[in-house]
Amino acid sequence: MTSNVFEYAPAPESRSVVDIRSSYGLFVDGEFVEGHGRSFKTVNPATEEVLADVAEADESDVDAAVRAARRAHSRVWSRMSGAERGKYLFRIARIIQERARELAVLESIDNGKPIRESRDVDVPTAAAHFFYYAGWADKLEYAGFGADPQPLGVAGQVIPWNFPLLMLAWKIAPALACGNTVVLKPAETTPLTALLFAEICQQADLPPGVVNILTGAGETGRAVVAHPGVDKVAFTGSTEVGRAIARAVAGTDKKVTLELGGKAANIVFDDAPVDQAVEGIVNGIFFNQGHVCCAGSRLLVQESVAEEVVERLKRRMGTLRVGDPLDKNTDVGAINSAEQLARIRQLSEIGEAEGAGRWSPPCELPEHGYWFPPTVFTGVSQAHRIAREEIFGPVLSVLTFRTPAEAVEKANNTPYGLSAGIWTDKGSRILWMASRLRAGVVWSNTFNRFDPASPFGGYKESGYGREGGRHGLEGYLK
Amino acid sequence: MTRRTTRPSTRPSTRPDARIDVRIDVRKTYKLYIGGAFPRSESGRSYVVDDARGRFLANASQASRKDARDAVVAARKAFGGWAGRTAYNRGQVVYRIAEVLESRRAQLEAEVRDATGATPAQARANVEAAVDRLVWYAGWADKIAQVTGGANPVAGPYFNHSAPEPTGVVAVVAPDDPLLGLVSVLAPVIACGNTAVVLASEPHPLPAVTLAEVMATADVPGGVVNVLTGFRAEVAPWLAAHMDVNALDLTGIDDPGLARTLEEAAAENLKRVRRPGPEDLTAAPALDRMTTFLETKTVWHPMGV
Repeated sequence: MTSNVFEYAPAPESRSVVDIRSSYGLFVDGEFVEGHGRSFKTVNPATEEVLADVAEADESDVDAAVRAARRAHSRVWSRMSGAERGKYLFRIARIIQERARELAVLESIDNGKPIRESRDVDVPTAAAHFFYYAGWADKLEYAGFGADPQPLGVAGQVIPWNFPLLMLAWKIAPALACGNTVVLKPAETTPLTALLFAEICQQADLPPGVVNILTGAGETGRAVVAHPGVDKVAFTGSTEVGRAIARAVAGTDKKVTLELGGKAANIVFDDAPVDQAVEGIVNGIFFNQGHVCCAGSRLLVQESVAEEVVERLKRRMGTLRVGDPLDKNTDVGAINSAEQLARIRQLSEIGEAEGAGRWSPPCELPEHGYWFPPTVFTGVSQAHRIAREEIFGPVLSVLTFRTPAEAVEKANNTPYGLSAGIWTDKGSRILWMASRLRAGVVWSNTFNRFDPASPFGGYKESGYGREGGRHGLEGYLK
Repeated sequence: MTRRTTRPSTRPSTRPDARIDVRIDVRKTYKLYIGGAFPRSESGRSYVVDDARGRFLANASQASRKDARDAVVAARKAFGGWAGRTAYNRGQVVYRIAEVLESRRAQLEAEVRDATGATPAQARANVEAAVDRLVWYAGWADKIAQVTGGANPVAGPYFNHSAPEPTGVVAVVAPDDPLLGLVSVLAPVIACGNTAVVLASEPHPLPAVTLAEVMATADVPGGVVNVLTGFRAEVAPWLAAHMDVNALDLTGIDDPGLARTLEEAAAENLKRVRRPGPEDLTAAPALDRMTTFLETKTVWHPMGV
């Protein structure tokens, strides 16, 4: 039950493949330019090392970017045939694949996620997203949104720090395929892969202004959303900010898609193959340090097997390797920021104070950087804050149920509705459960699977609109 | 019926001993429709509804905040059962509304004429179009999933499938076209499995109450459609801010300032909002009145032996 069951020699991925500049400007109209605002620092959350100074776009920068995007839309991008637009997207997909190692290492350095994940999930899925939507660009009339679907114009897009490059791909690929141009703001703590993506746009000879990248924090994001020249707002992030955006666009003609928070139930029945279920529980909550909006953060386990499942889960948690994100053996990397770490600590302390049983495997955490051990709470009730609020960290709450109906009640007892998991050997029960769970994605006997062809997005306060698949085109067409 | 042309003369006869041989109309009290019943407003209030020439037609119930809340409770209670019916069955119920409405065409035509001052031909066209629209949406109930859902070819050994599901409780502010407008916004909402709280046209609420009577006798389960009459500026804000309403259709809001306020209130629980906009209700509809109030659910399962 300790982390030294298996001894591994460190197997760090080399950093030499990336070249991080000491400072970065904004990417506007095809060029890197100085911002008019201040700058901020982006740090490696695993070491607290300052990686670079990054420009913070102010309102005038936002205005310049929106104008550039508008020009590019009206003069070039909306006039080009879908087939030609598609070719640019295919080019981008290929360059992402060519530079995959560089992107993966940079992502892990800036975000703190294990290289195994950035290398095997984030970057290949981002490339696949561009490849998928590239093929849609000249087939939009077959997508079921009218005989002659038109782009909206300029899309303002604000993305989170948990999957920086992948979320960029989810936003930019469908927008461009549909003939829109974009102004995208990456998250404050993870701007570097977006800036490398700007270089990729240059390498692809993408017409200037089709993609504009503005780094910054909340103020920059607000300015992008509020700019009157923006026809479409796409946001992935917290429900709190999503609400503010929904209010900000009220009374305008802006089309909006929001992909917000979640508190997914991962439901394990007594007939589930326990080992598979435990792997799914671990993947559900500890993938990407639990910085996943669709994380399976509420384990609902049938009472008759709860003890066994929790015991095996703890044993498995004892073998998780927490540490250097660039080590290829690492399962759980660094928490993305000091701020996020403080929130995870605070909610975990509240969990203890409210009476839930807290457990983490013995594991040594690095001295510097932001770290939190994989943690499970047992004896959690639905009223506990750790069962209601999104923690966005490697913290699992375990609740129990007796009947399928009770599992559905408890799973749906949340204002969120992004995802859910079901583990059982009985097919009819899977379909019965799946039809009753109020969630946009239901993983049965698997968890946290993503694919460009598969629509993703929530019910209720997890937002509206879908990203991925044919459905993902709708938010970018009129 | 409240049409003036049917009102008999009550002028006394010149003969002092003659009986007054007339029949007095039994007028209808226009009430709300909540949870399958027809209550008056709990507030005890009513407001005067005039015809197109400004003559008194009836006192309609003036719904209150509490009536709106009661309607939401009824709609939520009905949602599981309605959404859980087979799409085929929902289609049949919506078709049944069309059947019963067809049988009451004369009454609705008269009410539309009274309300809007339409000519008999215009009123007939309006009612016929409303019946036909119900038939159109009835047919969609068991087809929309095939058109908007399907299998997704993911890059791995997984079965992956997306299908639409109803959003939940939809609050609808109906436009002033008293029957066709109302049917055009209501039918897509319920055909897809949502339940509705409809705020009828403020100046022309009477055909909405008659449509409620049609639905009450067309096997529409109580609570699936709830009809409120009253003032938009008073009632709509409570629906827009209600935390157990999932979506808001603002078609009937003409005032841009009010539309904006309502959309802002709807942001609190991320309601799906359909903004008001120019729309030709007589034109063939697109799918968007259905898809706005549908969620997409995607289900994954591994494939293997």
